[in-house]
Amino acid sequence: MSLVYNRVDHGRENIQTLIFYLNNALFFVCNFILQDFTTLHYDLLISKLLTMSENKKVKTKANNSNGLPRKRFYRARAHSNPLSDSHFPVPIAPSQVDYSIHYPYYYHPDTTIDDNEVTSNDSTLIPCKTRSKKIQFADIGCGFGGLLISLSTLFPETLMIGMEIRDKVTEYVKERILALREANPGQYQNASVVRTNSMKYIPNYFEKGQLSKMFFLFPDPHFKEKNHRRRVISPHLLDEYAYTLEVGGIIYTITDVEELGEWMKDCLEDHPLFEAISEEEFATDPVVKLLSSATEEGQKVARNGGQTFTAVYRRISPIETELGIHEV
Amino acid sequence: MEETLIEEGESNREGGEVSPALIAVHPLEKSLAVSIGSELRVFDLIEDCSISLVDDSGGPLHSDSIRAICFGANGKLFASAGDDKLVKVWTTNPWRCISTVIAEKRVSAVAISHDGLFVSFADKFGVVWVTGTDGDHEAKEKASPLFGHYCSIITSLEFSPDGRFIVSADRDFKIRVTVFPKNPFSGAHEIQSFCLGHTEFVSCLSFVCTQEHPQGFLLSGSGDSTVRLWDVRSGSLLDTCEVGSEAGLSECDGKEENVCPAITDICTSADGSIVAVGIQSLHGVVLLSCDLSARTLSVIKLVSMGGTFVPTSLDMSSSAERLWMVTGASNLPALDCPSFTRLRVISGLKKCGSDSSDYEPAVVEDNEIPGGMKLIEKLQGSGSNAKEEDLLAVAEAVKAAMRNQLIKRQYSVEKRELRKKRRNDRKIKI
Ligand SMILES: C[S@@+](CC[C@H](N)C(=O)[O-])C[C@H]1O[C@@H](n2cnc3c(N)ncnc32)[C@H](O)[C@@H]1O
Repeated sequence: MSLVYNRVDHGRENIQTLIFYLNNALFFVCNFILQDFTTLHYDLLISKLLTMSENKKVKTKANNSNGLPRKRFYRARAHSNPLSDSHFPVPIAPSQVDYSIHYPYYYHPDTTIDDNEVTSNDSTLIPCKTRSKKIQFADIGCGFGGLLISLSTLFPETLMIGMEIRDKVTEYVKERILALREANPGQYQNASVVRTNSMKYIPNYFEKGQLSKMFFLFPDPHFKEKNHRRRVISPHLLDEYAYTLEVGGIIYTITDVEELGEWMKDCLEDHPLFEAISEEEFATDPVVKLLSSATEEGQKVARNGGQTFTAVYRRISPIETELGIHEV
Repeated sequence: MEETLIEEGESNREGGEVSPALIAVHPLEKSLAVSIGSELRVFDLIEDCSISLVDDSGGPLHSDSIRAICFGANGKLFASAGDDKLVKVWTTNPWRCISTVIAEKRVSAVAISHDGLFVSFADKFGVVWVTGTDGDHEAKEKASPLFGHYCSIITSLEFSPDGRFIVSADRDFKIRVTVFPKNPFSGAHEIQSFCLGHTEFVSCLSFVCTQEHPQGFLLSGSGDSTVRLWDVRSGSLLDTCEVGSEAGLSECDGKEENVCPAITDICTSADGSIVAVGIQSLHGVVLLSCDLSARTLSVIKLVSMGGTFVPTSLDMSSSAERLWMVTGASNLPALDCPSFTRLRVISGLKKCGSDSSDYEPAVVEDNEIPGGMKLIEKLQGSGSNAKEEDLLAVAEAVKAAMRNQLIKRQYSVEKRELRKKRRNDRKIKI
């Protein structure tokens, strides 16, 4: 956040900064509200956010006459499933995820070059990076996107995505990233967000071994025993995360709910494809420090002086004797 | 927060759903099993007599619709499972039930490992379980979780021919290939691949293998009217056969009201030369050939049944002399007789697979079927002298039931907004 505000203080008096400022003001208000709400009141916060973001949209859209390809972010993707009962599009396979929507800086969509002069100017200014770049970090249940924003500058060459099930929250994160991109040319181009149910559709977004990091920060606790199967870390879902992570890839989890912390740790500990990272690694990995400080939920917990429980595990290759070929 | 997570498995059950008749053929054509509703009917083709099933396991009998039946690879074992949450494992020589596992949820698919040591089944919440057929009594009656498809209905389970993988298909268009471990009781955690490409629910799976390709390739049928060929090791899609349009059925235009006909069942001959496909609205079957070296699938023939007969299930023995088919359903709403089965047989398939194309597959007359009228009477049960209208009603009811269960509900924007509003109102009051 401090980095973000310094830039505002530069006071570039143009429309982009204004939009950016509005976004951040909104974000600040949300953050403020967050202080007074427990996780259980998250819903109420979101309905507030909803009203606010709608008011704001009118302004940003009216101001947005500079030809930046904003509408692309709202276009339904071509390869969506029309008969899905979930009302968001789901790519049929990872090869059909449209990277040009998420990372236009890296993937120039050949068909949208004709937008207007600004765009074509941009495309000569910005070098077209390797098209083969794939998403490597996924923030599952990214909420308001704080972690992505921090990771984006810490790993400027890594494509990353937040997965969030709530549409208004997703919209907000989109706007936030867009505003940051506009205010900081060349930056934040590697971060994006998608609205989806991560518990069902991760294999539709990522190929085997594609990810090097997965984040599960302050997931919903689902206290009741019968609701444990709704937890985003579970023995069965870990099989899918292990499939998605490359060998050596890392899964980061943190929560302020002790019981959930135990649960996540136990699930990871018992899984044959994960092992805890060493203490040295835990101490030196710069990402570990972000877990408790980068997200909105983390900041809330920190302000209230809450305790956090972290589990960081590495994806390992299967041990032959345990998972070997079954003799027929 | 919870409402957004639509958990499909939880949808309430309206008592007595229409469920299709199923057929399974012993790999050496020694016997034949047909299920309809909670009833399991078996005919012994060697002794030429019907079999009355004996249950030594002490477990309960099937009391609700059987949703899956299968023989093991060598025919020694047979499994049946369904809406009553029972998984029954049978020996076939003699026919008796050796164990009954009580599942937590309704069971939607079942498979027996090729070595006959394990039975795997899937429940309506997307969890796949495994139970042993060996060992003491206790171990046989217990199942442990193997893996899960998060909150999706699993429609089909198959072991790969080499026994390395277990493959599961679901209503979310997914096919998952999982390494089947030596000790499956501590779970199957290593996912080999996902086969993604279907644009509707996946309804059925079948492996096809030849002498040159003993590890086999996977065939899948779907609500999108296609049959697809996959390499399970990489998850790559090798070929797609638009069976629906090739059979001249209404085009799949993706519109809500005009749902394309779903593939209902696939079976392959043991030598891989021929693939039979059942599809909704087609009064007959489509025969495909699969060239594993070229990795292609193509339609070779459409066999019409010459009347009203849309098979709900098909199977053949490893010799592939005959294709056995049933149509039928239980819990039919508006018929005189609430459950109904009709059995038909096509012969001459094998020759049709080879190049001598002058030989036509032919529908066998009832009295020419091995087992003859005795078999027909046993497997069709009483009330089987049905009229054409009844057969049509069956086809329609089965189609509707499959749609209701597997096609995802599409809410209009207004409805969605209404649901949302209700949700928020409630939240604020609480
Ligand atoms: C308590 S918040 C934490 C957000 C963020 N990680 C942070 O630390 O601030 C949990 C988030 O996960 C999202 N979520 C819950 N289940 C999800 C699912 N199945 N798929 C995607 N997002 C989900 C919720 O909408 C919510 O925004």
